[in-house]
Amino acid sequence: MISEQAKQELAAVLGPDYVKDDPQTLVTHSYDGTPMLQSLPDAVVYPENTEQVSQTLKVLHKHRIPLVSRGSGTNLCGGTVPVQGGVVMVMHRMNRILEVDLENLTATVQPGLNTKQFITHVEELGLFYPPDPSSMAVSTIGGNIAECSGGLRGLKYGTTKDYVIGLEAVLANGDILRTGGKLMKDVAGYDLTKLLVGSEGTLAVITEATLKLIPPPKFKKTMIAMYKDLHGAARTVSKIIEARIIPATLEIMDNPTIRVVDDFAKLGLPRDMEAILLIEQDGDPAAVERDIERIESICRGESADRVEVAATPEEALKLMTARRSAFTALARLRPTTILEDATVPRSKIAEMVLEINRIAAKHNVQIATFGHAGDGNLHPTATTDARDQDEVHRVEAAFEEIFEAAIRLGGTITGEHGVGLVKAPFLEWKVGAAGMEMMRGIKQAFDPHNLLNPGKMFAKATRKRVVIDRG
Amino acid sequence: MAATLKLKLDYDQLTNCMRCGFCLPACPTFRETGVEAESPRGRIALMKAVADGILKPDQAFEDQMNHCLACRACEPACPADVKYGQLIEQARDAVEDHTESHRWWIRAIRKTAFKGVFPHQSRMRLLGKALKLYQGTRLKQWTQRSGVMKLFPEHLQQMERILPDASEDGVVARIGAEHKAKGGAAVAKVGLFRGCIMDVLFTETNVNTVKLLGEAGFDVVIPDVQNCCGALHAHSGEADDARELARRNIRAFRAAGVDYIATNAGGCGALLVEYDHLLQGDPEWREAAAWFAERVVDVSELLVRKGRPLAFESKEPARFTYQDSCHLRNVMKSSGAPRTLMNRVAGAEFCEMKEADRCCGSAGIYNVTQPEMSGRILEHKMEHAEATKAEYILTSNPGCLLQMKLGIEKHGDPGRMAAVHVVDFLYERLKRD
Ligand SMILES: Cc1cc2nc3c(=O)[nH]c(=O)nc-3n(C[C@H](O)[C@H](O)[C@H](O)COP(=O)(O)OP(=O)(O)OC[C@H]3O[C@@H](n4cnc5c(N)ncnc54)[C@H](O)[C@@H]3O)c2cc1C
Ligand code: SF4
Ligand code: SF4
Repeated sequence: MISEQAKQELAAVLGPDYVKDDPQTLVTHSYDGTPMLQSLPDAVVYPENTEQVSQTLKVLHKHRIPLVSRGSGTNLCGGTVPVQGGVVMVMHRMNRILEVDLENLTATVQPGLNTKQFITHVEELGLFYPPDPSSMAVSTIGGNIAECSGGLRGLKYGTTKDYVIGLEAVLANGDILRTGGKLMKDVAGYDLTKLLVGSEGTLAVITEATLKLIPPPKFKKTMIAMYKDLHGAARTVSKIIEARIIPATLEIMDNPTIRVVDDFAKLGLPRDMEAILLIEQDGDPAAVERDIERIESICRGESADRVEVAATPEEALKLMTARRSAFTALARLRPTTILEDATVPRSKIAEMVLEINRIAAKHNVQIATFGHAGDGNLHPTATTDARDQDEVHRVEAAFEEIFEAAIRLGGTITGEHGVGLVKAPFLEWKVGAAGMEMMRGIKQAFDPHNLLNPGKMFAKATRKRVVIDRG
Repeated sequence: MAATLKLKLDYDQLTNCMRCGFCLPACPTFRETGVEAESPRGRIALMKAVADGILKPDQAFEDQMNHCLACRACEPACPADVKYGQLIEQARDAVEDHTESHRWWIRAIRKTAFKGVFPHQSRMRLLGKALKLYQGTRLKQWTQRSGVMKLFPEHLQQMERILPDASEDGVVARIGAEHKAKGGAAVAKVGLFRGCIMDVLFTETNVNTVKLLGEAGFDVVIPDVQNCCGALHAHSGEADDARELARRNIRAFRAAGVDYIATNAGGCGALLVEYDHLLQGDPEWREAAAWFAERVVDVSELLVRKGRPLAFESKEPARFTYQDSCHLRNVMKSSGAPRTLMNRVAGAEFCEMKEADRCCGSAGIYNVTQPEMSGRILEHKMEHAEATKAEYILTSNPGCLLQMKLGIEKHGDPGRMAAVHVVDFLYERLKRD
């Protein structure tokens, strides 16, 4: 509960219309894209500018009320579920593109800006902003920065962190911090910009971002390769990289995914294939043609069953449809879809996919895997029914083992979705005790009263690592 | 009411929503307000919260359910295939059983319209007659001058001004119930769904629909015992009445033994193709409802897919643009066919407006019950329409057509721009050799 006094102070800062605590508003800010989580906030606020954010935080700081910043609530780690109540701050009203600097090739934007709108805008100006999370039609730039989102182009172009060069953020006590700028080089002190990227709303509220833009590729070409042998597909991934070719996109779908996608999109995919690779290269036409030819021969060398190169953009679109349909097809299978995000070194992809299949069978749950093979970033996706408690427990147990397996293979518990609430108990597995200590120290320095997105990233207790039993 | 909601809401559909938010950008009310509760994901969360007992279904809940345009743009956007249209109907149905809150004039209009007039074609005709009398005599001038209309809310006054001339005789009285195909053996036998408002306010469009279908090689019959589709009832929470109307229509068209049931009103068509769903709980009607539903098709779709090709030509150079009917696009899944036909008009230029696929704010009687939101949505729509510099805005649904007329009256230049039904536009430009 927040006091009447605090509410009045918030209303004075934001205007009475932009502080809401009616039941409808509270219910609709009690969840995000993460399945099976819900917790009501005490109030929701909608600031219009940095000054209001700063004043709001001053009020909350004074009364020691927790704050959760929220973009579009599409995150999959419980990042915006207000588990400790308090205030949810919706960034949607701060959604302007403040500047596109055509001389420096930068853009300065507000955090509530829709990612797709931003990308469309810069493309109209003949420029390119590569981070393209699959949720970009809904997500916000602020949410992308706070989660350090990646996308299909991550392999060649990197993720959000590679494009954020300056930030304005409001600290827990209401002070305004500025980091970086329109600078391509800057080593003045610790890199606070990079620290805030991926900080999941636990260190500060981002109120403005300066982003790097690049010239768009001139040409692109798409191909698909199908394998009866998972190891062949995995070896192809390593061989391509070994051959010093970095495709723009290099995606994998496993057999359960292929079947589901084929049932749904009727693309005539061979259902007996163990894996499909979807590959796209962009750049100068001659170089692209050469790369695609070499990739094709690598695929064949690894005994791909079928290789198809799209001759026209329409054909390319059709090939991409398979990958794009994966999520939709899986989502329609069962009522509850749990999309996870384990990452391994790319040389371990085959091993990891096999591990996932073994673990799924062991726990008798349905898990299909697809993902960004080129980054080693896999999305094992469980289809289940939240109402079946027993099955949900089995799914949870399976995922725990999957994270464990990822770590054992030299990987991590999340490649792009963030830690939030869901992965917090596993974070120490990845970063170790010293890492946790360091991170707690940083959190303490930024937010001594633990007011910003409390309960996220740092779990009360680390989960005991399961002992893998191979029975 | 929580109990009724629990009873009426399909809990499977509520569970199917995984809160991914993909539907948010598609939703017009979310776009206008940016408020989560005004989004599909938000509304589903509210319904679920009520069903789960977390939320009391209070006045605010009821208002939120009524704020939804039921345009169903959220459905094609949803990866999990959540049947939002069914959920909102179920929620409204539950709300309707309990509500005390309608303003007097809405209550009055609803009661007369839903129970007294729409279900009876003869009374619709009578209404047409009265309207025609009113429009034709000095009565209209008198009401306008005397200020009687001022007793009504402003948006109703505006609606009154743009209402087209009504007719007392519908399409059957005008041209008869049976029509032979032109140019050789018939491709198929089509039953025309003439609609209720459609047949009173847009009789001419119905006549032209029959003629176009005939030119394209269809035999056309218009079963005279058909009645209102029930869409207004279903979308406003009067499901029982809607079901009764559905049964009567199914009986009428089955007796006529048609291959297709053609509609020229997206709003009606969307309910007609879902008669099987509407009568889901009624085993006796299951097979008949399925028979009916699979035959329903929009006139443009029928012309493009099955008809003999028609050529169109415009005497004067003209620019025209098209406003999708939400229900035609999102439920009947037809957006290509009308465009294919329009692009065939030689000498005229089809010019796509930005966001043609977004609701215009008409949404059944939404523009009467929710004038503020409707007005905001219409304003954006007219900006996009104006930007095309088109002389004609074409639509495939009477509600949208009226809304476009209203839009031109309020925000446009009525001297330069006109709103016309696709069928009328095409029939006038049919190339006859
Ligand atoms: C179907 C689907 C596909 C997805 N695909 C991808 C993908 O391909 N790649 C990927 O990386 N992710 C993906 N995601 C996850 C998610 O969309 C991203 O994490 C996205 O960046 C979240 O953006 P948002 O605006 O919805 O943020 P929210 O979910 O609202 O918030 C995410 C986090 O950011 C914090 N935050 C938000 N705004 C601010 C701010 N201004 N200042 C400080 N903290 C803030 C929140 O507190 C929260 O911790 C997907 C999600 C879904 C549902
Ligand atoms: S798109 Fe579908 S599943 Fe996603 S939030 Fe909307 S209704 Fe729910
Ligand atoms: S039906 Fe239309 S207005 Fe209603 S929630 Fe869906 S998209 Fe929004």
